[in-house]
Amino acid sequence: MANDKKVDIENNLTLIRSLIAKHKRHDHIFAGVGMFVIISLTITLLVLFLDLVFDGYPRFNLDFLTNFPSRRATAAGILSAWVGSSLVLIVTFFAAVPLGIAAGVYLEEYAKKNWFSDLIEINVTNLAGVPSIIYGLLALGLFVYGFGLGQTILTAGLTLALLMLPIVIVATREAIRAIPIHIREAAYAVGATKWQVSLHHVIQYSYGGILTGVIIGMARAIGETAPVITIGALTFIAFLPPSPVGLEPPFINFEWLEAGFTVLPIQMFNWISRPQMAFHVNAAATGAIIILLTLLMNGLAIKIRYNIRKKIKW
Amino acid sequence: MKPLNLKKLSAVALLGAGILSMPTMAAVDIVKVDGSSTVYPITEAVAEEFQIATRIKVTVGVSGTGGGFKKFCRGETVVSNASRPIKLSEIKKCKEAGIKFIELPIAYDALSVVINKKNDWAKDMTTQELKKMWEPAAQGKITKWSQVRDSWPETPLRLYGPGADSGTFDYFTEAVIEESKAIRGDFTASEDDNVLVKGVSGDKGGIGYFGLAYYEENKNLLKAVAIKNATGDFVLPGLKTIMDGSYNPLSRPLFIYLNAAMVESDPKVKKFVEFYLKHVAELSKEVGYVPFNEQEYAAISNHYKTLQTGTAYKKPEIGLSVKQILEMSAASE
Repeated sequence: MANDKKVDIENNLTLIRSLIAKHKRHDHIFAGVGMFVIISLTITLLVLFLDLVFDGYPRFNLDFLTNFPSRRATAAGILSAWVGSSLVLIVTFFAAVPLGIAAGVYLEEYAKKNWFSDLIEINVTNLAGVPSIIYGLLALGLFVYGFGLGQTILTAGLTLALLMLPIVIVATREAIRAIPIHIREAAYAVGATKWQVSLHHVIQYSYGGILTGVIIGMARAIGETAPVITIGALTFIAFLPPSPVGLEPPFINFEWLEAGFTVLPIQMFNWISRPQMAFHVNAAATGAIIILLTLLMNGLAIKIRYNIRKKIKW
Repeated sequence: MKPLNLKKLSAVALLGAGILSMPTMAAVDIVKVDGSSTVYPITEAVAEEFQIATRIKVTVGVSGTGGGFKKFCRGETVVSNASRPIKLSEIKKCKEAGIKFIELPIAYDALSVVINKKNDWAKDMTTQELKKMWEPAAQGKITKWSQVRDSWPETPLRLYGPGADSGTFDYFTEAVIEESKAIRGDFTASEDDNVLVKGVSGDKGGIGYFGLAYYEENKNLLKAVAIKNATGDFVLPGLKTIMDGSYNPLSRPLFIYLNAAMVESDPKVKKFVEFYLKHVAELSKEVGYVPFNEQEYAAISNHYKTLQTGTAYKKPEIGLSVKQILEMSAASE
């Protein structure tokens, strides 16, 4: 009898062991597939990036950043393009971030759960997937002609803000949802109003997540070409917009918002479509700089998010 | 976590609100040019030099010839780059907006038909042969070189050409197939001419066409084909043959269109156009195009000075000389 039992147990054990081994095998397979995907993606990106760097290497100098476009490829630079891109992104940031965060907080904390907020929610998620050219056409009709803003930095900034808004809203909502309910309950328990809870706690703790959304949105905006071309960005512009800060009071002016502009991807596209090889070098250098900028922005976001998360102790 | 800095937040919000509620101010005084990407390199070169010489600001956009005319006929630009003459529908739009234009041819752009370096049979071609290869009826049927000319080998014929959005494509179909935008569907199309260069240079049976500048840049990879012209000679594309008009029908004039009222009233625009006409010969050559000869530029300048509005192209026409264009343009109104 005892012997039988022992055999039974042993049989059982081998069964369980084989089961564990099988599941572990699945584990390994999944990890392997995941690793493969990540590595092949990273390698692809790296190869593309290095290719651009090698092609554009002769142009990596200060002149390239401080010169205006020119018919002579070696004398041409991206000054008006990177200044244009930066100014447009500043407008985008100040338009999309406050609006996006406010919308996210409202939808998450204030809005009643009914068909109307469902409708808004579906629309917001939908908007995140709309092709950017559609935003360009919308902006052309609405901002350029409807509001008469013209083909300016302001228009481009607002257009890209539209593009970025759904990303910020979705990120804000996700971040807010991650905050434990106890935090809110504790605040309400000591008599805080909804506004105080949102401002002092909800937004505070969701900064990390919101920031990620903001940076992803900005990184998308910096590479956008189609909507910016649609609203009428220029290609050759060899002067800078009026400076936002001046020496005379009131020190800050907004004339630059009314200026024409070009952006990095347009400059790059123009150069790549030229027959002369020397211009392709410029295009490669510009491409490398765009990728580098995106990488820097993403890196910054990760760093800030990490610092903020470290500070939060629940 | 420290409580949110309300002051900082409100400052940011205020700045944001300030930006959004900005009243629209009058634009600074800038000579605005837009239009064709083909003409762009010439205008860019002129604008660059003009800005250095006069400190007057110039901007150049690339909306394509059609997109450029749209802006031009709304009065948003004062000069429009065009790789083809203005169309009747566009003339109508301009007329409705009360905008009169001056048409100025500025340089030649030539299409070069190119083949693989290893192709030793197709040294010359007639436009009929090109038509036979490219026309819609050839789709799926003309697949070997021998089907085009009997003496050519049975090598597979593979075609590379610009996509339908390009002005080069429009011109090629008009000049060769004699019907705008009519072409067979089974060829490798790309908006990026560098792709066409790669395609033809890597394919023994390949043939393609694009702007002369691309051929000049890639002479070591490709061979150009001599094309039979109106007088029956086979002519290779080149500076000389294009300038003397013998390389036809695959060379075409490029244009700028001027807002007549602005040229008259705005000294900056006037200066820009005069600078353009003075330097376009040398600058267009430098960026890979073929200039007209001196007499022709003199005639264009005279035409400009009379401020004669209107176009020579009341109906689409191919192969007009500069002289003919100016005469017809002068007689148009």
